[in-house]
Amino acid sequence: MGSTSPGQTVDLTKLEPVFEKFVDVTKGSLIPVLQAAQDTYGYLPFKALEAIARHLKTPISQIYGVVTFYAQFRLTPRGKHIIRSCQGTACHVRNSARILETLKTTLGVKPGGTTEDLKFTLETVACIGACSLAPVMMVDTDAHGRLRPDRISKILDSYSN
Amino acid sequence: MSKNVTLTIDNQTVTVPAGVTIWGAARKLGINIPTLCHHFDVKPYSGCRVCVVEVVGGRALAAACSFPVTDGLVVLTNSPKVREARRLVVELLLANHPHECLTCDRNQNCELQKLALDLGVKEIRFEKAKPTWEIDNTSPSLVRDPNKCVLCGRCVRFCSDKQTCAVYTFANRGYSSIVTPAFGKGLREVACTLCGQCSVICPVGAITVKDDTELVLNAIDDPEKVVIVQTAPSVRVALGEMFGEAPGSIVTGKMVAGLKRLGFDKVLDTNFTADVTIMEEATEFLHRLEANKHMPMITSCSPGWINFMEMFYPELVEHHSSCKSPQQIFGALVKTYYAELEKIDPAKIVSVSIMPCTAKKFECTRPEMHASGFQDVDIVLTTRELGKLLKSCGVDFEGLKPLPYDPVMGIGTGAATIFGNTGGVMEAALRTAYEVVTKKTLPAVEFTQIRGLGGLREAEIDLDGTKIKVAIAHGLGNARQVMELIKAGNPRKWHFIEVMACPGGCISGGGQPITSDINYRAKRIRGLYDDDRHLSLRKSHENPEVQALYKNYLQKPGGELSHKLLHTTYHNPHMDLYT
Repeated sequence: MGSTSPGQTVDLTKLEPVFEKFVDVTKGSLIPVLQAAQDTYGYLPFKALEAIARHLKTPISQIYGVVTFYAQFRLTPRGKHIIRSCQGTACHVRNSARILETLKTTLGVKPGGTTEDLKFTLETVACIGACSLAPVMMVDTDAHGRLRPDRISKILDSYSN
Repeated sequence: MSKNVTLTIDNQTVTVPAGVTIWGAARKLGINIPTLCHHFDVKPYSGCRVCVVEVVGGRALAAACSFPVTDGLVVLTNSPKVREARRLVVELLLANHPHECLTCDRNQNCELQKLALDLGVKEIRFEKAKPTWEIDNTSPSLVRDPNKCVLCGRCVRFCSDKQTCAVYTFANRGYSSIVTPAFGKGLREVACTLCGQCSVICPVGAITVKDDTELVLNAIDDPEKVVIVQTAPSVRVALGEMFGEAPGSIVTGKMVAGLKRLGFDKVLDTNFTADVTIMEEATEFLHRLEANKHMPMITSCSPGWINFMEMFYPELVEHHSSCKSPQQIFGALVKTYYAELEKIDPAKIVSVSIMPCTAKKFECTRPEMHASGFQDVDIVLTTRELGKLLKSCGVDFEGLKPLPYDPVMGIGTGAATIFGNTGGVMEAALRTAYEVVTKKTLPAVEFTQIRGLGGLREAEIDLDGTKIKVAIAHGLGNARQVMELIKAGNPRKWHFIEVMACPGGCISGGGQPITSDINYRAKRIRGLYDDDRHLSLRKSHENPEVQALYKNYLQKPGGELSHKLLHTTYHNPHMDLYT
């Protein structure tokens, strides 16, 4: 059910500007508030959800329902860098499966997972529209094309700081 | 708004007020449209699609439970298309439902089972596609098995709309959808008051009462133990339903006989301590009224309500009567007063109570409830558990010859009987308070102005010159309204408030028999008022056993020993809960 737990220390003052933006407390503001909170923390920490529940006078159970319904919300932290390994048709025929396999073993996480040092989150994507570069992956906003498994390590190293 | 509309259902014409649903209009014609997610206690949700009907000219099948009728509507509830769709819906539900009916708590009292039978579902062509979930055993009162959940959302709606606790939510989506407390926590780890209404409204065995019957049988089988049982006021008006009696039937004598048959050493009555509660609570009220201290005073018999107050309004605990509930007063007295009188070593007593209530299972374990030097009440069984226990032990309930309670703590007055109804504790307290204050006999015993099923009822009672304003709330949503008004400075100037966690009071507690009768609350309430009317003793202070208790043991209501044994304090024992 997500690793969000009550024990975390979360700087709740960061939520103040979010709440200021949504002074008119209405039911309809839950999703924009959650989006803003996620932009702030990179994910939705339990303590932040609790504060949102209090602020919007909405039961935490219902907020949990919304958060788990929409794929856009995350209850676990994301890495500093987001890797999106393309699994579109063009990449597929150029053996993107091997690229993904290499990413998984190098990082030690499955798609959707985040490395323990919170440096990388690995995701898959259906197509990024750069089929001429297949097989391709994005790291944050950078596209890396014509990938070969033996190049992966070096690329990841360039994001090591 | 009161406009009528005329429509046709299955070639029959019917006229109903605008706003009625197809389901409601069909009922008027004697046409049963099956439902699963729909329940008379909550708003329609149209989630399960079992109630689909064909609206002629409509694009798709419509959910009868929520489709409002319009003039000239032509509806078919029994067309081939409808029959096929309903069967398919149930077949899909069954594909993901564990086939454990024979060992399920709800066997033969399960709405999904009944649907499958009624609709003639003969095969299940699909494989289970949902994940397997862990069973939640954290609650002292309830067990949640999400694998049996049909996602009807009745518990979600009841808990949030009626009880305003919103313990449950739908989480995730698709096959992973689940009804769960926030973050997949256990019920004990969230702000659940343990009212147990979710276990009553659940159509299947996904939320059930924690079964403690085995503990009782073990105690009875232990020759060293003296097993003493008490029965709450509202059990006598509900237990019969488990043996085919009509809702509202009083089965006190048979229940006592059944308990003796099970092997309890003494069968005593919680009504006795309900009368004691009134002696204490009426005295406390009159003191507080005079001193104008912590007013208004609120009753404290309902442990679900106590949990609610401690979780959501801890700043208002001082408003509560310090009286324990009748169950706990009984427990404290049975291991002290009764043990002394009957010369029983209290260490050997196993004190069992039969309750309409799931929260009582928690209440008896509270650290404050050890006034006798032992745990005052050891095991709590709900009415449903008692019914099952009687069946499993081969007791022919229908054929039992009624027996009276055992003496000393076995007499209760009519004032105690009506504790089971919303408004009953208030009425019982007023019957005694009136006579204590005025030293006159009540002209009319019944305070009919405070009876009924209105969610929040108010009245002004004239105690022969002393006017007091009373309020009665049942269901935690109504209780919340009361608490908000007290927080706002008690604008309606109430003096005395009765609150029950469950809508209707204990007669429809979380541990009571599950029925499809829409009017079951009113029928059980009538049953208890009838029982009161037929008793010769109808005021708590007239109970001779209660008089003897004060004369020989407690000295006086609100006295030192009373305070030690019969009163308590409130705090928040509920850990760090998500509210």
